[in-house]
Amino acid sequence: MHAIHLHGIDYTILLAYVAFILGIGWVLARYMKSSGDFLTSSHSIPTWVTGLAFISANLGALELVGMAASGAQYGISTAHFYWVGAIPAMVFLSVFMMPFYYGSKARSTPEYLRMRFDQRVRFVNAFAFAVMTVFTSGISMDALADLLHLLLGWNFNLSLWICSVVVLLYVFKGGLTSAIYTEVLQFFLIVLGFAPVVWLGLKDVGGWSVLKQRLADVATNPAALAVSDKTFQSDAWTSAWKPVLAGSPHNPMGVDIFAMVFGLGFVLSFGYWCTNFLVVQRAMAAKNMTAARNTPLVAAIPKMLFPAIVILPGMIAIALATVPSKDYRIPPPIISDAGYAKAVAAVKAASPADLNAGIKAVSDALGAPVYKDKVSALISANAAHEETNEQIKNALYADVAENDYNAVIPSLVEKYCPHGLLALALLALFASFMSGMAGNITAFNTVWTYDLYQGYIAPNKDDRHYFQMGRVVTVVGTLLSIGCAYFASHYSNAMNALQLVFGFVNAPIFATFLLGMFWKRTTGTGAFLGLIGGILTSILFHALTLSAPDVLHPGIKGGYIHVAYLFPSEMAQNFWLASFAFGGCFLLTVLISLATKQTKTDEDLKGLVYSLTPKIKDHEQHFFLRPAVLGTILIIACVILNIIFW
Amino acid sequence: MGLDLRWPIGLMFTFFGALLVIYGAATNSDTYKNINLIWGAVLLVFGILMLAGACRCKAQKKA
Repeated sequence: MHAIHLHGIDYTILLAYVAFILGIGWVLARYMKSSGDFLTSSHSIPTWVTGLAFISANLGALELVGMAASGAQYGISTAHFYWVGAIPAMVFLSVFMMPFYYGSKARSTPEYLRMRFDQRVRFVNAFAFAVMTVFTSGISMDALADLLHLLLGWNFNLSLWICSVVVLLYVFKGGLTSAIYTEVLQFFLIVLGFAPVVWLGLKDVGGWSVLKQRLADVATNPAALAVSDKTFQSDAWTSAWKPVLAGSPHNPMGVDIFAMVFGLGFVLSFGYWCTNFLVVQRAMAAKNMTAARNTPLVAAIPKMLFPAIVILPGMIAIALATVPSKDYRIPPPIISDAGYAKAVAAVKAASPADLNAGIKAVSDALGAPVYKDKVSALISANAAHEETNEQIKNALYADVAENDYNAVIPSLVEKYCPHGLLALALLALFASFMSGMAGNITAFNTVWTYDLYQGYIAPNKDDRHYFQMGRVVTVVGTLLSIGCAYFASHYSNAMNALQLVFGFVNAPIFATFLLGMFWKRTTGTGAFLGLIGGILTSILFHALTLSAPDVLHPGIKGGYIHVAYLFPSEMAQNFWLASFAFGGCFLLTVLISLATKQTKTDEDLKGLVYSLTPKIKDHEQHFFLRPAVLGTILIIACVILNIIFW
Repeated sequence: MGLDLRWPIGLMFTFFGALLVIYGAATNSDTYKNINLIWGAVLLVFGILMLAGACRCKAQKKA
């Protein structure tokens, strides 16, 4: 990929976007009078806004880039994250959990845990969540700055600071309301910025039926594109369920049906969508109980269709790569100019009489595997009539037998977008980054101010004090995220390890929420020790398992005590880890709760536990707008999508 | 919170749409069909619809 130089029209559109979102922050600043206004929007926002913000806060740059990458690597099976994972969880949140979050008047999900259990459970959840939001935000920043460097040749530091300061300014001025309002704007930008790329790509491939044929070629010979060294049934990239039902060796994800349905569909998805304050905060900002319950349902409608925007580009990219006349490949990992120069010299020095030595020299120079037949042809062609360095370098770019799937989106933007439309596609990337980062910063400042600062450090100050603290911690959170971005860019392995540690804490948390809401006998001690037990289960499981691709490198990927079980893929290992963590936490919480005394009365638990809370009557609402009815319709639509792509 | 979000969304997309249509028309002889013209029109329609919704809501509130 070559860096694109922007034109005046592109800069005009980019600057206009920045002006609009900063303008929203400035307009809303006049309404910020209290910590409630700044950190919780004082429960004042209409459903359609909170609904679109709910989905947009989740649509960070990592999600956009990562889902397209998975679309290329695994095909339509990636949609399980949406149709098995997200939609059922969002319906469950709306119908069963939102009444407790909103009705209890908790200002955050950790605060709900404090009301239901005690300070210990709240602290574990609040501390782990606060750290994870900063990590996630930092990693997302690092990814965006890398992407802009790759696509536009922009300086890493400049990209990082400009994007971060823009987000900081509008969140600092307008608080959560500003973040939510701009997230809605960003939602439309993401859809309208990427839709033409998908449309042009699909037309270029030849339409859906031709795309399926091309993907059948990928499935039956994935080694030709360095996708996998296995072969699969011809529908492995275009069927969501058949390859999974055939077993883990027969689908590119390497995931079995239990891990997919229970690990991803229940534990991980419900754990994220029903307990992660980043998204639940949007619903909590709604103006009344009905709006709060409808928020996840409004979000579920576009979420269900989002695979067309985020997964389909990856499928288009891998299909294009099968057609030589399209002159496209999934970009290889970034190789330095010095690496290419060495490889060019190796090609020139190689003899057609000893091709194997030539191929090895080229591969060593590039630091990556190469397509042997292509490099052989290049060496022979160069020997027959000497080619220029530039010609050889361009040929070598196509000969690297390794793919950087995260470059799928930028490579399609480069291929299909002329100046003008290019700025719109770039805006979609910026918007996804900014919505994700603003979501993380606003969730971080609320959890820090209410759950950690007010809860443990300065409990009885006036509201003005917490309002100021909210603003200060917005700046601190942004600076910490920038620090994490630099850390991730220099020490990616250390960052992975830190993420892993805090991932262990988050894996079992859904069991704690589930038992807290639906079993009144759950005690604070049971919940706390159960959560600790779930975390230890995660660590032990990880220490005893490994995935086949990492079998030679036990360590950060697992197996550091002993490799008791080898999973076909890292994804399968993660899904099973979540299942075990949930099981460990659930079982221990139940057993310890039965063995300990319940310190809260039924009156204390009213509004916090399902069986003790009067059910909400939705009779005054239109039949089709009642959460249970709308949720059922969404589940049916989701089932239909699963059947269509079976 | 006092701000109808359809105003900034409508204004922004109307502006982007108009900009793309003008740029597309100015570069129509430079060979691409010219996607800026087509997508600019889509954004323009979307932006105008948003503004129309915001205007209608404002008129209803006044009435």
